[in-house]
Amino acid sequence: MSRMTALRASGALALCLVAAAATAQTTTLTIATVNNGDMIRMQGYTSQFTEQTGIAIEWVTLEENVLRQRVTTDITTNGGQFDIMTIGMYETPIWGANGWLVPLDGLSEAYDVDDILPAMRGGLSHEGTLYAAPFYGESSMVMYRTDLMEAAGLEMPEAPTWDDIRAAAEAMTDRANEVYGICLRGKPGWGEGGALITATANSFGARWFDEDWNAQFDTPEWEAALTFYVDLMNNFGPPGYATNGFNENLSLFQQGRCGMWIDATVAASFVTNPNDSSVADSVGFALAPDNGLGRRSNWLWAWALAIPAGTQQADAALQFIEWATSRDYIALVAENEGWANVPPGARTSLYETPDYQAVPFADMTLRSINAADPTNPTVDPVPYVGIQFVAIPEFAGIATEVSQEFAEVYAGQQTVQQALANAQALTNDAMEAAGYR
Amino acid sequence: MATQHSRSAARFMMAPAVILLLGWMLVPLTMTVWFSFTRYLPMRGDSIERGLEWVGFENYVRFIGSSSFWPSVQATLVIVGGVLAITVVLGVLLAILLDQPFWGQGIVRILVIAPFFVMPTVSALVWKNMMMDPVNGMLAHLWRFFGATPVSWLSEASVQSIILIVSWQWLPFATLILLTAIQSLDSEQLEAAEMDGAPVLSRFWHIVLPHLGRAITIVILIQTIFLLSIFAEIFVTTGGSFGTRTLTYLIFQRVVDSQNIGLGSAGGVYAIILANIVAIFLMRIVGKNLDK
Amino acid sequence: MARAVSTRRKIATTALAWAIGLLIFFPIFWTILTSFKTEAQAIANPPLFWGFDFTLENYAVVQERSNYMRFLWNSVIIAGGSTLLGIVIAVPAAWSMAFVPSRRTKDILLWMLSTKMLPAVGVLYPISLIFVQFGLLDTRGGLIVVLMFINLPIIVWMLYTYFREIPGEILEAARMDGAGLKEEILYVLTPMAIPGIASTILLNFILAWNEAFWTLNLTAASAAPLTAFIASYSSPEGLFFAKLSAASTMAIAPILILGWFSQKQLVRGLTFGAVK
Repeated sequence: MSRMTALRASGALALCLVAAAATAQTTTLTIATVNNGDMIRMQGYTSQFTEQTGIAIEWVTLEENVLRQRVTTDITTNGGQFDIMTIGMYETPIWGANGWLVPLDGLSEAYDVDDILPAMRGGLSHEGTLYAAPFYGESSMVMYRTDLMEAAGLEMPEAPTWDDIRAAAEAMTDRANEVYGICLRGKPGWGEGGALITATANSFGARWFDEDWNAQFDTPEWEAALTFYVDLMNNFGPPGYATNGFNENLSLFQQGRCGMWIDATVAASFVTNPNDSSVADSVGFALAPDNGLGRRSNWLWAWALAIPAGTQQADAALQFIEWATSRDYIALVAENEGWANVPPGARTSLYETPDYQAVPFADMTLRSINAADPTNPTVDPVPYVGIQFVAIPEFAGIATEVSQEFAEVYAGQQTVQQALANAQALTNDAMEAAGYR
Repeated sequence: MATQHSRSAARFMMAPAVILLLGWMLVPLTMTVWFSFTRYLPMRGDSIERGLEWVGFENYVRFIGSSSFWPSVQATLVIVGGVLAITVVLGVLLAILLDQPFWGQGIVRILVIAPFFVMPTVSALVWKNMMMDPVNGMLAHLWRFFGATPVSWLSEASVQSIILIVSWQWLPFATLILLTAIQSLDSEQLEAAEMDGAPVLSRFWHIVLPHLGRAITIVILIQTIFLLSIFAEIFVTTGGSFGTRTLTYLIFQRVVDSQNIGLGSAGGVYAIILANIVAIFLMRIVGKNLDK
Repeated sequence: MARAVSTRRKIATTALAWAIGLLIFFPIFWTILTSFKTEAQAIANPPLFWGFDFTLENYAVVQERSNYMRFLWNSVIIAGGSTLLGIVIAVPAAWSMAFVPSRRTKDILLWMLSTKMLPAVGVLYPISLIFVQFGLLDTRGGLIVVLMFINLPIIVWMLYTYFREIPGEILEAARMDGAGLKEEILYVLTPMAIPGIASTILLNFILAWNEAFWTLNLTAASAAPLTAFIASYSSPEGLFFAKLSAASTMAIAPILILGWFSQKQLVRGLTFGAVK
């Protein structure tokens, strides 16, 4: 019994301490964020924000899947646990439309909202109102090993086709030394493998839905896209690519195991950082490939900061968002870590900065972002907005299951045709349940 | 021995636990059942405050009609059954081994029970990255050392991998219970059998195994309860792909990924029914065995 | 008497037992070892068992990024609180089931266990909504209550099996001496049951410590325990084996050490009355 009272007493003491700490600090913001490099870097600088404003920050850093699960449950149950949430281009317009986010129309003059890249601003708005401020934005592009290309006697065009990619992958593959011509995502999850195959399918002229919301997986375009992808990866990809996502591929590329990697532009700063990457000085960049149909397979995405409507501290939250997504923050990171490490893809002014223009991937990143058109993602017209996603609430659930079907193809457990038939059935079923058809 | 007085006192003392558990079970369950008969899509703006539209058995029909349903039931049973089989068989063998006299018994026992203390998330992460990673994992190194091509475990042998990970976590539990049971075995009886010249296998079959019956029952009962709801191991490793989507995981996808609370709740009700079928089945056996 | 065992057989048993023990322990050992390597050495091929630069850098990085002590403290409070609360509620129930059994005792016990089969994710929404309603989100109190409910059936079950082993005659004798119900439980039963209660506390502390669904979904910052701590290291960008190992080691070390020190009690606790 005495142990229990002791425990209780110490618990009470701890509560008092916490309470004392809380009252000393006038405001504390709780921020949910993803454990990506740029966000973790930001956490290191928050003490500066606290010094300037007296607002303390409580970080809840979670892995992407867990983060989505947490913030979605919180927002739909009106939990109000977070003052700021890190969400993406997929969630923002949907949540904004539901009235779950505080509109960001109170941004200050100095913040200069017009400086945000138009593509990002468009993707983070609903009916013209901005609901989240981009912390960093990205498209996708080809990252390749200049040394391996040279050794193979090839040159990467600035705007390659999928055939160029295939030829280069074949030439660079050296299985004996565990060098694989190309690393692409296969990992199930709509934001992982699902994103890349959807963007790839766009360049083959495939689409998720026709204008009447009928699933389109039974079309020859999808079959061509998926067949090409599977064939490319089975021949020239790393073993077990069915479970590789962004992080797995990044780590493979940094270890020098990949000849090419088509993925988020934001990865460019990681693969060229000599501290983490063994191939830092031999990485080249090119636009994401097309298939001669006029659509490139590059996507558009932003990780952005939004204020849930349930918060009591919207003003302080806005203050933080202004700080974290400002030009000054970019300058602060540039000063301490170099221009290559600033959060990219959010502001026009960044790409007008001469110092940043000298960064090897800056130009290609901007061109990739500008080449992405979320309202016109593929060859045929579509009823939805979004390139590697479809901006409807049902998409995350459907696309996760579809990407699981595809991953089973990557793992050799079913055929392309089986997977597409399953995807077609489950998508139509879910769309019916949601009342589209 | 029990008087009328102590009987009513007993009821009174049992009340808090029973009432609290009843509440814990009934309140969320009632809400789940209610949701399961409604169209509840929070992403489309549905909420309790605005009133949920009653749709009858639509969610039930849709959940069971989905092509994922039966495979998920099968995956659940295969994983639970596989883990039970492995932990019980290996647990018995390991318990017999640890019961033999050898040097360093204490330390070996510590090594063997260690996995039980590791939280499921961590053990899934460790296995996925440090052991089963097809490039840098320990198993890949081992395969390469013997000249074989590394296996990408979590996609090529996903169900087996999950069973392996979960068995690793639960083997200590089974071993410890069985070890304690073996230690209570009357060694004179064994020696007598040995004197009579009964071969090892027959001694095991006729004396040791019957003695362990009760302990094995407990192992199966307790483990089934925990295994039916394993989640972290799948969430971290395969995310329900490659045939590892259990019923629990399917419900998770409906509720969290698809944000279809009605459909997910119908799935929850099915899961409760399945759990109860398993429970009744188990309790038939256990009830008998426990009365001994 | 102990069986006479030949030395040769003992050597063979020792070798086999150690081999199996080390094999089972290997993933944990490898994780701990990797946590002291640099990221580059963590993925070296062939793997490094020795000869690497021993470094504490990963621990420093993890500690800098997240306040480990707060997560640890939350884990201690939540696991400890839920276990103790569970014990307080379970002791009277287990007592009455063990000493005043009725025809329905076994049914009630099994029913209690069956509540554990409720899939957590199936009631995620109801529980979340209830937590929002009562302002329990991200509070230790809320989690203590939830975890108490989750483990209560196991606690009752375990205590019941211990109490049943206590001979009823002792209670009879105490009653003859004029002991009331309160005295009976407090002065006669409890001292005899202390080892059993200790084992129960231990096992349920471990179960609560490792619970990773509710602790993740119902907390944000102020009540987040170690399960949430590990969720921020599970797949960061770039090389992460060493940092993941360090974070994993930090998450499991306290309970591993506690478990090892209390091994004897735990082993007894795990029998669930299976051994008679």
